[in-house]
Amino acid sequence: MDMHLAKRVEVIIESPLERRLTDAIEATGITGYTVMPVHGGSGRSGRWTRDGQISPGRGMVAVICVIRPDRLDALLEAAFDVVEPHIGVVSITDAHVLRAERF
Amino acid sequence: MGNIVSLAADNLISPIILAFVLGFVAALARSDLTIPEAFAKAMSIYLLFAIGFKGGAGVAAHGIDATLVGTLVAATALSFALPFIAFALLGALTKLPLLDRAAVAAHYGSISIVTFVAATSVLESEGIVAEGYMVAAAAVMEAPAILSALWLVARKGSKSGSVDSELYREILLNGSIVLLVGSFVIGTVTGEEGLASIAPFIVDPFQGVLCLFLLDMGLVAGRGLLGSRGDLGAGAIGFGMIMPLVGAAMGLLAALLVGLSTGGAALLITLSASASYIAVPAAMRVALPEARPSIYLTLSLGVTFPFNLAVGIPIYIAVAEAVIGSN
Repeated sequence: MDMHLAKRVEVIIESPLERRLTDAIEATGITGYTVMPVHGGSGRSGRWTRDGQISPGRGMVAVICVIRPDRLDALLEAAFDVVEPHIGVVSITDAHVLRAERF
Repeated sequence: MGNIVSLAADNLISPIILAFVLGFVAALARSDLTIPEAFAKAMSIYLLFAIGFKGGAGVAAHGIDATLVGTLVAATALSFALPFIAFALLGALTKLPLLDRAAVAAHYGSISIVTFVAATSVLESEGIVAEGYMVAAAAVMEAPAILSALWLVARKGSKSGSVDSELYREILLNGSIVLLVGSFVIGTVTGEEGLASIAPFIVDPFQGVLCLFLLDMGLVAGRGLLGSRGDLGAGAIGFGMIMPLVGAAMGLLAALLVGLSTGGAALLITLSASASYIAVPAAMRVALPEARPSIYLTLSLGVTFPFNLAVGIPIYIAVAEAVIGSN
């Protein structure tokens, strides 16, 4: 099976920022991403959990993008503009994909 | 005074207050009791829809009177004005930085719809009728406070607090505002006939859902307090109990100027005394990311909400009865 190098970018960000982040990602020409709810965690602002929350201001989401390595810089620049002043984590890992033309 | 004590005593042993206390105590005792997020949101949608629909049906039944426009104008003005008072009071009582003070001020100019629902429930149990359009007053009070708080930040020369068109859209078309106004309009259009057709869903189970919802609020409030130990000083906690009374006094003044009934005045006072924890926190995370949720959410949900629920609402109703008279 042919495998191709890719980058997996995961941005954990406050849920009110989700739309802004995905708009910024799309503006770079990247149309593929996955948004996942984050159940809870802990950080510099203390512990939090999604349980029982009714305000959209208290949740976090993970936005995951798998892209060709040459698109990484554009994506990070766009994402960083949104994430920079906010609570969140940006991580990049090496990945392999099977159908390179889709990324 | 006797009336306040009697109302407070009745209120404190009502199922909704005891459900809140159960959640609060469970959280402080570090119980693993939780309400799933999706269920909590579903209950919140149910309560907003029910209260909006019933308010609209009330307007359809009793008609629109001259005080409607005055009430909406007064409610909007209160929401714009209260953050300035809250901001100044915080400056006097605490050493919180500018952005925290502005974010807290936004919460206290906006409203807590659950406090409003709880006050409506107490009024119903006391047989006091309020104007149906008070639901619309609640809706118009959600957003203006956010703009006042952001203006306060901009005036002080901070780089934070910029508002783009996307944020305006999110503030004005916040889900709770859309649902409240939308169900109010449906209730007004379909009237009592419409209400009767869905009463088994939105009237009969209402108190039970409110109990479960307040159980969840108790859990969230208790866990918020536990998680923010050390962030809130005595001055901030004092603010969380003084500001509702200041807001209540402003609400009473507005109710007198507009000419609301006892029930309507009690609700406008309650709205002015309450602090947001749904719409405003989301807006603050976008507009003032440096402001700390452990300050503004804990004050709003962990201090002011329980204060209003247990002590404030009986006081506000008794004051409305004393000043405007029982009707």
